[in-house]
Amino acid sequence: MLKLTDVVAHYGPIQVLKSVNLEVRAGEIVCLLGGNASGKSTTMKTILGVVRPTAGRVEFEDQRIDRLPTETIVRRGISLVPEARRIFARMTVWENLAMGAFTRQKAPAGELAADVERVYALFPRLAERQHQLGGTLSGGEQQMLAIGRALMARPRLLLMDEPSMGLAPVLVDQVFDIIQSINRLGTTILVVEQNAAVALSIASRGYVLQNGRIVVHDAARALLAADHIRRAYLGED
Amino acid sequence: MATAGWQRRMAWVLGAVAVVGPLAAPNDYWIGVMARICLYATLALGLNIVVGFAGLLDLGYVAFFGIGSYLYAFLASTHFGLHLPFLLAVPIVVVLTAFSGILIGAPTLRLRGDYLAIVTLGFGEITYLLLINLDRPVNITGGPSGIIGIDPPAVAGFALSRNTQYYYLFLAALALTLLASGRLRRSRIGWAWQAIREDELAARAMGINTTVAKLQAFAIGASFAGIGGSFLASWQRSVFPENFLFTESINILAMVILGGMGNLLGVVMGATLLVSLPEVFRDLQRYRLLVFGLMLMVLMVFRPEGLLTLQGRHDEEAEPGA
Repeated sequence: MLKLTDVVAHYGPIQVLKSVNLEVRAGEIVCLLGGNASGKSTTMKTILGVVRPTAGRVEFEDQRIDRLPTETIVRRGISLVPEARRIFARMTVWENLAMGAFTRQKAPAGELAADVERVYALFPRLAERQHQLGGTLSGGEQQMLAIGRALMARPRLLLMDEPSMGLAPVLVDQVFDIIQSINRLGTTILVVEQNAAVALSIASRGYVLQNGRIVVHDAARALLAADHIRRAYLGED
Repeated sequence: MATAGWQRRMAWVLGAVAVVGPLAAPNDYWIGVMARICLYATLALGLNIVVGFAGLLDLGYVAFFGIGSYLYAFLASTHFGLHLPFLLAVPIVVVLTAFSGILIGAPTLRLRGDYLAIVTLGFGEITYLLLINLDRPVNITGGPSGIIGIDPPAVAGFALSRNTQYYYLFLAALALTLLASGRLRRSRIGWAWQAIREDELAARAMGINTTVAKLQAFAIGASFAGIGGSFLASWQRSVFPENFLFTESINILAMVILGGMGNLLGVVMGATLLVSLPEVFRDLQRYRLLVFGLMLMVLMVFRPEGLLTLQGRHDEEAEPGA
């Protein structure tokens, strides 16, 4: 479904992605691990076209997308739950969700309303707070809103950048349960996580990114079992 | 909702007061002050599109006011001997000023916050310097002595001359720009602006073309200044570089912030206060600006979000989904 081949990306003169190769197949949950500044978020931004790759190719459903503007990529079916949630603080919950459907202006109103209801079914808390401003929500609720907002674009591939960041452990489990149920409903997921143990527990495969290169790639179960991965990313000695 | 009705009622009352205002004015001077309120409220609404809706801090908005005024002066005065009728000149000025908004906006697209503010401030200064210096080698702007002999607005052979007539013309323009602002805010592009204001990266991730949306904000904001500029030029019958100093940018920005960024009624109230208070305090002679400054400080300390906050947006609008 998604394929990155030798992707290179720069921020000014600094080469952030040196050579990223990864593949996500339809229906999978794939986990991208890596330490700080390893290029995880940049990889996500490159897929979405927010950062332009300087070399290599990004293909989505067998078509090259690395030269397309972000709006076209979103329209094709990729949407992002950004790092640190980045919800629209002075818009209501409902308005945030409506913004998620920005590229679907041709969709009938009834269809959008039904999608909002679907998000509310997934996150009943959001329904309770639909007229509240996004900025007044708790961290966990904001994460739910960020996920719901991304779903409003009806993505076939959902990119999630650190969905567990800043959440209490109880909430982390909850969020990952929901990610799993979104996946079961038919959305393919690529998730970037620091919290490798939880992420790998729901993923089918994982990649490890180090200094802008993919250094390890294996089944999630194998990664969970591998000693050096445990030491480097699961915080075990 | 309670606040909604309150703001709407207040808008109607203010509108009614505005229409009968000249009858109650003690003299022609005060009618002139009222005309200036309408003029500046129109400008403040234009800046509000850029700063209040799209969240782009523009410290050089006066550049568009100046460009609009001078363009009108070029098209309808003895300066170049062109005497385009008012109803033709104003639309041309508005379109050209909007275009200048795109030209000035384009280089700033990647900038945010402080950096954007500094660059737009620079553009404001450059415009002022051009106005003051473009009398040589070819006399375009009239240099420091500006352009005089500008045609008054005339429609079907009837030329405006009295302040009351100008007042109603400016009031009509204000009503029009208010209506346009309200519509824009609820439009697709208005939502795109608000998303950019809240979080630009998230806005991009939603599939908003932020480049196009920002240029639209600059262009539409500038077009309001085109209207204001034409009106100022035709009212003063003259334009001078000194009309477009940096302090004017700050003055207009203060109207937007004081009123409550993004809130239309608030912006109009901000313009009303900032134009009329210095006049009210005129009896205090040389202390009047001191008192005026103190009042602004007190207001900002107690109402840091402005007189009417953005929160009002949710109160005054119908339930989402309606």
